[in-house]
Amino acid sequence: MTNTWIVATLVAVVAGMVGFFVVVRRAAFAAHVLPLGAFPGAAAASLLGVSELAGIAVFCALGVLGISQLQRWERREVATALWLAVALALGTLFLSMTRQYSRGLYALLFGEVLGVSSRQLVPVAVLSAIAIATTAVLFRPLLLDSLSSELAAAAGAAGRRMELIFLSVLALSTAMALPVVGALMVFSLMVGPASAARLLTDRPRTAFALSVAFSLATVWGAIALSYLSDWPVGFFVGALGGLSYAAGRLRAGRARR
Amino acid sequence: MHALGLIFAPGLLANGPVRTALIVGAGAAIVSAVVGVFTVMRGQSFAGHALADVSSAGGSAAFLLGVSPLLGFLGLAALAAGGMEWADIRDARERDLVTGVVLGVGLGLTALLLYFDTLWGSTSGAAITVLFGSMFTIPASIVPLALAVAAVALVAIGTIYRPLLLSSLSADLAQAQGVRVRRTALVHALALALAVSLAAMTVGAILSTALLIGPAAASLRLADRPGRALVWAVLFGWAATWGGIVLAYDSFYWTPGRGWPVSFFIVLLILIAYLLASLAGRGGRLALRGARER
Repeated sequence: MTNTWIVATLVAVVAGMVGFFVVVRRAAFAAHVLPLGAFPGAAAASLLGVSELAGIAVFCALGVLGISQLQRWERREVATALWLAVALALGTLFLSMTRQYSRGLYALLFGEVLGVSSRQLVPVAVLSAIAIATTAVLFRPLLLDSLSSELAAAAGAAGRRMELIFLSVLALSTAMALPVVGALMVFSLMVGPASAARLLTDRPRTAFALSVAFSLATVWGAIALSYLSDWPVGFFVGALGGLSYAAGRLRAGRARR
Repeated sequence: MHALGLIFAPGLLANGPVRTALIVGAGAAIVSAVVGVFTVMRGQSFAGHALADVSSAGGSAAFLLGVSPLLGFLGLAALAAGGMEWADIRDARERDLVTGVVLGVGLGLTALLLYFDTLWGSTSGAAITVLFGSMFTIPASIVPLALAVAAVALVAIGTIYRPLLLSSLSADLAQAQGVRVRRTALVHALALALAVSLAAMTVGAILSTALLIGPAAASLRLADRPGRALVWAVLFGWAATWGGIVLAYDSFYWTPGRGWPVSFFIVLLILIAYLLASLAGRGGRLALRGARER
């Protein structure tokens, strides 16, 4: 239970931080597609008998390269959708080759937080430290580029490079969180709390801190509810994310009047 | 004759499930391609994908209740599409977020319903069937309903063709011309829901995006007029679907016993079409026009 709590807390902090940038950059689709496109890596790893994390990392990296390459030809969301099609087509192929994977598939997509072993703890801790450090170092340039790409270009931060860096940070946090909370829940955790935080304040630093706090509350609440009810964690993460966004909307609407 | 025998494995067309797959697959591919062209031009690829994923909650509920999965997919997709249009959010960033939040809630619901499926249901493979589809197990009884859904979607797009095209290329221009932009958007969203649920039935919820966006993106790189783009998209989608079914059927003979999944071959063919179209195309002016305006 302690392992679960530590890992879930790390995942929540990273998701809250990265989620803030997902929201200001309007990158919800990429935040959905990178994790979903990385699960074929896990299936391939089990096919080849290598470590699951290695497979996921390779597919995350391929996703970053694939999306940024396709963006040269297509607008952003079409490029993202095309990469999704490529990755999932490979995913179905790998799944059809390993018949026993149906149980593992559910865990990979929707997560199984209540079963974290101590051996999974170390890579998650290392990866989340890297993700937190990168986000902290890049906070100012990334924020500048997200808010006004023209201003950032004048200050010497090239837009395409920033997009690549942002996608890499997204991929890194995905690789870390995916084996623990599942491909679909990484996404819910990035979008729900951060979008609620943005509704409550216009100040970037406050929104950033609120986003991390909401994300922690969502994860802890979801684990507790899941433990009590025996229902999947993924359901509570999605529901709490939706609720916090709705609450934020309601509050923001009242403040405007 | 021998060469034909190599492509069309013996017994292909005499096989009932294959015939059902060919009919339903063609319907899904054609409707997805037509609706997809407008979806790409309007910059709503994310919404299209989100609808498919949310509809998978309906698919899982249908498994639980024992009703036709098409009805499940359809019900939730229509509900989500109506909801997103009803919220009527103009600001692009806010639209992205609302789509994301709806998607997150829908996925949570899918997780819960699939969990109930494994808990109480007899079918342990519900997750794979709902998310990745299984074309050769589509019941023949679904054909009339599937064709009716396809026809409704095509008629809906046909009746609003001109205003929809105008408002997809430039919403401001359409408004100035007296087009009812909101009603057009609503009809498009509902047609999108129909297309997505049909595609979710055939290639599965998370791959239906390939049928929706793939042929449309390929055709928009090739053609410089909307009408031609529609024709190309339909041809690409239809050919890829039938080609994928034939290849998957044949693959039972080349691989040791199991065969490879239909969805894999369909997406593979769509991607080949996209790459060829990119090489032959004139740079996708049509696809980018809407983007520059936003």
